[in-house]
Amino acid sequence: MTLADNANLHTFVDAVRFIGDNPSLLATKALEQLELSAAALGLALLIALPVGILLGHLHRGSSLAIGTSIVGRALPSLVLIAAFLTILGIGFVNNMVALSVLASGPILTNAFEGVAGVDRDVVESARGMGMTGLQILRRVELPLAIPLLFTGIRVAAVTVVATAPIAAIAGGGGLGDIIVNQASYRLSGVIGASICVMLLSAAVYLVLVGLQIVVTPRGLRSTSLGNDLARKELT
Amino acid sequence: MSGPVIPNFGHGSSCVTGNHTFCWGWVRDHWNDTLEPALIQHLELTAIAVGLGFVLAFVLALLAHRLRAVDQPIGVFAALLYPLPRLALFQLLIPFTGLTTTTVEVALVAYTLVILFPNIMAGLRSAPADVLEAASGMGLTRRQVLWRVELPLAVPAIIGGLRIAVVSTISIATIAAFLLPKGLGYPIFVALKEPTPFKTEIYAAGALAVGLAIACDLGLVALRRLLVPWSRA
Repeated sequence: MTLADNANLHTFVDAVRFIGDNPSLLATKALEQLELSAAALGLALLIALPVGILLGHLHRGSSLAIGTSIVGRALPSLVLIAAFLTILGIGFVNNMVALSVLASGPILTNAFEGVAGVDRDVVESARGMGMTGLQILRRVELPLAIPLLFTGIRVAAVTVVATAPIAAIAGGGGLGDIIVNQASYRLSGVIGASICVMLLSAAVYLVLVGLQIVVTPRGLRSTSLGNDLARKELT
Repeated sequence: MSGPVIPNFGHGSSCVTGNHTFCWGWVRDHWNDTLEPALIQHLELTAIAVGLGFVLAFVLALLAHRLRAVDQPIGVFAALLYPLPRLALFQLLIPFTGLTTTTVEVALVAYTLVILFPNIMAGLRSAPADVLEAASGMGLTRRQVLWRVELPLAVPAIIGGLRIAVVSTISIATIAAFLLPKGLGYPIFVALKEPTPFKTEIYAAGALAVGLAIACDLGLVALRRLLVPWSRA
């Protein structure tokens, strides 16, 4: 028992040593992973956010929004990455597209629900005050939808950063390169890189939670965030 | 220099050697030795993870229902554990449990647990206050209220949680192939290792994984219709 414990401890000590010995390698790989993640998230935002907001504003296509989230969950990331690899070839573009499909689900669903879920009475009174559809969207619906909208973006971002290591198998680079290459980096390197992946996604998560607090309108802050963090992404 | 490396996808038809989009012949030939075993392993991985995760989540939820104090900490823990990178978590467990099915199951159970717990809690809390009052007014004990009122009312939320847990687990279990030659991720893994990724194997295993998820999801929807025919969602 104690022997096994020692062996575990040694592995982690070696992993920490690996991190200490290779700061520039790990930083380069982490940056690669962030670049891929940012590109994928950007692509997903560009497509899914306007679609979600527009459908929510028009109160149309709720089945599309729900369907996207269900299909998104059922599509394994490995399958997505492998399938896009056969179409787009190995490298950055394939992984960016595969990860952006993964990110589109939560962004689209939450944008739709956020905008469509704004109290009808509030929208009606805005219309009664003479606001046009676009004004209602910009001044009423979007500010009220920000908590949910941002939850979608945060869930998508964390999912992408956390999934990006898998992309290493399809030439995606990043810390996953070390994780899938035990032959070169040994177990200590694999564990060290895994620890870095954990820290990286935790950092992204915390930065986005902070950002969410900052962008949420003051009046909505206390009610939304606590519930949101604990429940929204799991139920 | 010899000529270009011609990938060897087994003997077989021009479709396979030419790596065409989809070769039914390959699927027929390798159903028994590749796809069917992978499908069964995938089902086993998922069933054990969801089964154990459900029992643990159910017991914890009953506990948290009694002792309100532990509800919040478990909920926060679940919210923090869920977004952890799957591949990295698998790797970090290797020093403890090695390259074994146990490693994969520990991670999968952890993920199902954090999905199921909040959903079961939400279900238990969904009983309206006047219903609970009526139940205790009729002389039901706390235990009777739990088993006859709160739990039946929680069934839709519990099945909702199971749907998410099963579909996510089927998806995450493909990553187990990074550690073990098991599950539907493995044929994909093997196909990607070829000099030119072998399309048929990727598409067939991928379709089986997605099909399995959809079939299980529909099964749970049917179960819900059976158990609580009055509720619709």
